[in-house]
Amino acid sequence: MRSPVISRARIATVLLFALLALVPVYSTLFSAPFYLTLFARVMIFALAAVSLDLVLGFGGLVSFGHAAYLGVGAYAVGILAYHGVDSVFVLWGAAILASALVALFIGAISLRTSGMYFIMITLAFAQMLFYLAVSLKAYGGDDGLPIAKRGTLGPFDLKSDVQLYYLILIALGLALYLGHRIVGSRFGRVLEGAKWNERRAVALGLAPYRYRLVAFVISGTVCGLAGALLATLTNFVSPSYMAWTRSGEIIVMVVLGGMATLTGPVIGAVVLLVLEEVLATLTIHWMLILGPILVLVVLFARRGLWGWIAGRHG
Amino acid sequence: MDPLLLLVQALNGLQLGVMLFLLAAGLTLVFGIMNLVNLAHGSLYMVGAYFMAAFQAWTGSFVLALLLAVPATLLVGVAVELIVLRRLYDRDHLDQVLGTFGLILFFNELVRVIWGPAALFVSMPQALSGTVVLLPGAPYPVYRLVIIGVGLAVAAFLSWLVTRTRTGMLIRAGASNPTMVAALGVDIRLLFTLVFGLGAALAGLAGAMAAPLLSVEAAMGDGVLILTFVVIVIGGIGSIRGAFVAAVLVGIVDTVGRAFLPILLREIFNRQVANAAGPALASMLIYVLMAAILVFRPRGLFGAKG
Repeated sequence: MRSPVISRARIATVLLFALLALVPVYSTLFSAPFYLTLFARVMIFALAAVSLDLVLGFGGLVSFGHAAYLGVGAYAVGILAYHGVDSVFVLWGAAILASALVALFIGAISLRTSGMYFIMITLAFAQMLFYLAVSLKAYGGDDGLPIAKRGTLGPFDLKSDVQLYYLILIALGLALYLGHRIVGSRFGRVLEGAKWNERRAVALGLAPYRYRLVAFVISGTVCGLAGALLATLTNFVSPSYMAWTRSGEIIVMVVLGGMATLTGPVIGAVVLLVLEEVLATLTIHWMLILGPILVLVVLFARRGLWGWIAGRHG
Repeated sequence: MDPLLLLVQALNGLQLGVMLFLLAAGLTLVFGIMNLVNLAHGSLYMVGAYFMAAFQAWTGSFVLALLLAVPATLLVGVAVELIVLRRLYDRDHLDQVLGTFGLILFFNELVRVIWGPAALFVSMPQALSGTVVLLPGAPYPVYRLVIIGVGLAVAAFLSWLVTRTRTGMLIRAGASNPTMVAALGVDIRLLFTLVFGLGAALAGLAGAMAAPLLSVEAAMGDGVLILTFVVIVIGGIGSIRGAFVAAVLVGIVDTVGRAFLPILLREIFNRQVANAAGPALASMLIYVLMAAILVFRPRGLFGAKG
């Protein structure tokens, strides 16, 4: 399945990243900071979608609770910042550690089930964390918690929106590279093999549960980093980051872009969030249009947008 | 702990439980027979409540509005089935989640366009708006008792329909092997539409009856949808009996937990800790229950299908 060096998929990926890298240039030249924030948010959700795709696309495990890790990462940053921690290294490190531990706990229990039950148990855990966040009255409860200021990370000064933007872009690029390495490794092959035929994987002497748990933890950790970035970008954390509709949206991004592809979820995030913005400028009832579009995508574009961009060999 | 308060809260829990059962019965049948994950089931509940509000404003009568709202929701359900959902039956669960998620967005916005963004209110009929004294010192609203009665009647009807009639036999046969049923000359597509319509009507009934107790607004079906899924997963997907047991269990655990967990915690911890943790633990309780049940019975209490 080795793809040629110059495939449509590679050209599209490089083109996409080049365009994303040029957004700050555009927004500075035409003094349109709106686009900078919009695409920073798009890339953060792309990161979350890429992380979900590792378990959903490659692992065949439909997690309907990935917003939970987004929330855990964001709250780790928000709560520590509230107590006066301003080292970004510590904040993001804590977010990564916290989401990894939560993913380990949720994954260890949820992976005992499968199919529809797995969908629902991941949703149930996400709901628990949602209500936990709502009840944290000391940290804003329902209203959320503002974060006073952004710190610095090595050479990056996060008070600069442009520097934060490039940091997010780098994080997304690293996540895609990590995904590329995982998918190509023996570990990735076992994960995908167990998706297609679990019984055969077991017969070969492999224990799918362990591979899936590791994938689940990696996925939750990357998603937690996305949450930390989101909290840093918006200077705010809120239980709404963990709402179940948010988990649904991240699934939509993955499926819209193309499951079990690397760049697909990024495309899905870009298209969904930009489409939302465009429709919202047309009418306040934009969901009336977005809903049927999603239905049509499911009915007619079965391989997602990436399948269409990358062609047969993508 | 006050036993009279416990009785009232248990009845409130039972009322929530039968309401959840009306929703769960349709959802679990649709999943068990058509193998369809229908997130838009909560939207049908919402549509039922909106129809109730609209027809009551139009006719001025509660009963007439109820009699119109249920078949109207049934028609909406059948239309959705014919236009979209029947194309999703042989797709994997993920496509179904995504497609019906799109339908939720559509319906939530559609009711805002038709009825405006403000919440609507439905008044209950004069005859049912009083209270009865169950035990000395424990008055209870008549309307809630009526809901419990209607819910139990529907449960009895469904049990009769599924186990004692020819239609029920086909439904059960369709659940275990739809291809074989079709090969025996049964119009399986018609059966699917029929089952979906039944589920939609029950969801509409739940929405219409809940309307006087809640404010009718867009997205009111989203929260209840999650609760319904919790119910069918605990009960075991495809099992009506499981749905009933789990609905009552979830209703009572949720209601009684919300009422008494903060009080119980206050006995153990100091007031501050209890006040902070009580409501949080109470809202998490049913999800903890579901996770615990799935750990020990990964297919729910009465489930056979995954």
